[in-house]
Amino acid sequence: MAYRHFEFIEKHAWMLGILTASMVSLGGLAEILPTFVEANRVKLEAGGKPYEPLRLAGRDIYVREGCYLCHSQMIRALRFETQRYGRFSTAEESVYDRPFQWGSKRTGPDLARVGGKYSDDWQRVHLTEPRAVVPQSNMPAYPWLATAEIDAAEIAARMRTLRKLGDPYTDADIAAAAKALDGRTELDALVAYLQGLGVANEPRPAEANAAATAPVARTSP
Amino acid sequence: MASTEYYNDRVVRLFLLAATVWGIVGMLLGMYAAAELAWPGLNLGIPWVTFSRLRPDHTFGVIFAFGGSALMGTCYYVVQRTGHCRLAWDRVAECTFWGWQLVCVLAMVTMPLGITQSKEYAEPEWFIDILTAIVWISFGAVFFATLARRRIRHIYVANWYYGAFIIAVGLLHVVNNLALPASLTKSYPIYSGVADAMVQWWYGHNAVAFFLTAGFLGMMYYFVPRQAQQPLWSYRFSIVNFWALISIYMWAGSHHLMYTALPDWVQSVGMAFSLVLLMPSWGSAANGLLTFNGSWHRLRSDPAAKFMVLALVFYAASTSEGSMMAIKTVNSLSHYTDWTIAHVHSGSLGWVAMITIGSLYAMAPRALGRPEMHSRKAIELHFWMHTAGTLLYVAAMWIAGVTEGMMWRATQPDGSLTHAFIDSLLAIKPLYVLRWSGGVLIWLGMWVMAWNLWYTAADARRKVILPVPVPIPEPVSPQTPAPLPVAG
Repeated sequence: MAYRHFEFIEKHAWMLGILTASMVSLGGLAEILPTFVEANRVKLEAGGKPYEPLRLAGRDIYVREGCYLCHSQMIRALRFETQRYGRFSTAEESVYDRPFQWGSKRTGPDLARVGGKYSDDWQRVHLTEPRAVVPQSNMPAYPWLATAEIDAAEIAARMRTLRKLGDPYTDADIAAAAKALDGRTELDALVAYLQGLGVANEPRPAEANAAATAPVARTSP
Repeated sequence: MASTEYYNDRVVRLFLLAATVWGIVGMLLGMYAAAELAWPGLNLGIPWVTFSRLRPDHTFGVIFAFGGSALMGTCYYVVQRTGHCRLAWDRVAECTFWGWQLVCVLAMVTMPLGITQSKEYAEPEWFIDILTAIVWISFGAVFFATLARRRIRHIYVANWYYGAFIIAVGLLHVVNNLALPASLTKSYPIYSGVADAMVQWWYGHNAVAFFLTAGFLGMMYYFVPRQAQQPLWSYRFSIVNFWALISIYMWAGSHHLMYTALPDWVQSVGMAFSLVLLMPSWGSAANGLLTFNGSWHRLRSDPAAKFMVLALVFYAASTSEGSMMAIKTVNSLSHYTDWTIAHVHSGSLGWVAMITIGSLYAMAPRALGRPEMHSRKAIELHFWMHTAGTLLYVAAMWIAGVTEGMMWRATQPDGSLTHAFIDSLLAIKPLYVLRWSGGVLIWLGMWVMAWNLWYTAADARRKVILPVPVPIPEPVSPQTPAPLPVAG
């Protein structure tokens, strides 16, 4: 292109604006559209269900408190990661995560497969006063969770919203929310959510075995 | 020549004030959050001062409230000066000021209350997002309407960057925040899982690209030549860098998701473009630095120029660091560690904050009707506090990050892991204290700037400054060069 072509762009604001808008759109379109197509093909196999009311409430508390700022939920396909945290995370495990909670920083350990690693009691004490069980921890204490009650009507409304977005909740699922949440605290919900991580949305064993034999990216010893 | 038109510097002064206040607030939050990591007792068991709720407040406060106010203020200043015309639509321009402040206050109040979407750098909930979009479109409208009434036909390069910043950030904001509200304070994004991750980091990365890079490059392209008192080193080079930067940046977002469940090809594309991105990044930095060629002696007498030069050095350094961190093998070490935090802060404290502070020191006297800043010594002091604080902060986090990365992957000869997770935390705890002390220095430096600006603004506060007239040029003959002499 000769300089006069640039000169034309630089003397016409509309031209500059249109060209800028198209140049910035290219990269996003090229990466996001195919990713959408691939992501749409990813489905939890039959039997995989969206979060039941208590775990959904727990997940929303996880989001509200900002746990994702210090804990990832994405075990990378690297040997030292799978050794520490368990099998690497797959796309189907987060199909019901709105928004995703992969995180970007580990001030604390990864939580993608923390479910069942500790007892419910340990989780309760740890969330209320982390240094009671891990003296060197720098995690904040979340004492207010133990006394806060969950509003069942609010959770039912959220389930209806998620259904509009495509999550397969039935009317019966939503109607059951009130009973499932009766008398439960935010701490109960958060513990239920944590105990389900890596357990409830796990693909079935047959598939897991197949995945486990797949080659894992090698790292320097 | 008699002029009947004056520059609208009122809205510029308002943004200048807002940027100073938000800078102090945002960095105070960062300082407190950093202290909580070193001394967890500071969370006090109070929900809204807990680290995990304050961190988004800190990032929003410094990026959008401090950086955003500085960008909008300088953008309004630059587009008037380079176009030789008054800002279009005074009322709308003033509304963008109050609108943006409302967005910032709402966001900064709701996030500690736990009202958040949990998407990094896009935490505010849907009702704030809608307000943000409205303010942003008005901001763009004022900017492009001002360009439309410019008297200088050629649009100066600083404005291309401001324009790209406005267009791209608007696009990113809308696409990433599409959500269905369940109530006033809770919404769910229309994307889930992998798709949401891709959209979020396309946003997150390009918020860095277009908010923290393109916008501040606009600032750089105006204030650096202004402070060096000579034209840009190469105008043509800036054209190449502009188009390369805005088109390549958008491809690089997926380098935030290396080795994750994101499709592998997207990770590789992101890595490749991140490496290519080094060229336009260094191009812009070189163009800015070389503009000082022949006037390097000004650094001895002008501390604002010092801020700008060091900002460009940090820009070059952190963009090359970013490209290196996008290499998969490096990323396997650096990801999830404090190295990321070091990288972000060498970019934000080194590049973004320094170019902003330098530009504010250059712009403030002109917008406040004074020949120069109240105290040159105070600028000098601020420069050294900010530089020392940044180096302390970044060095501490680099060491912490590499330590964590190495400890997490260390294995014994028999193949078992060497360290428990808690070991890595214990190893870096002293560095968290060091990082905090760097933050304190930087924050105190912001107070020095505020003090200096307060006294520089004495006339403005007494409302005795005179508006600056627009230099309306004489009609010029068409700019066609004389025909080349015929070769004989």
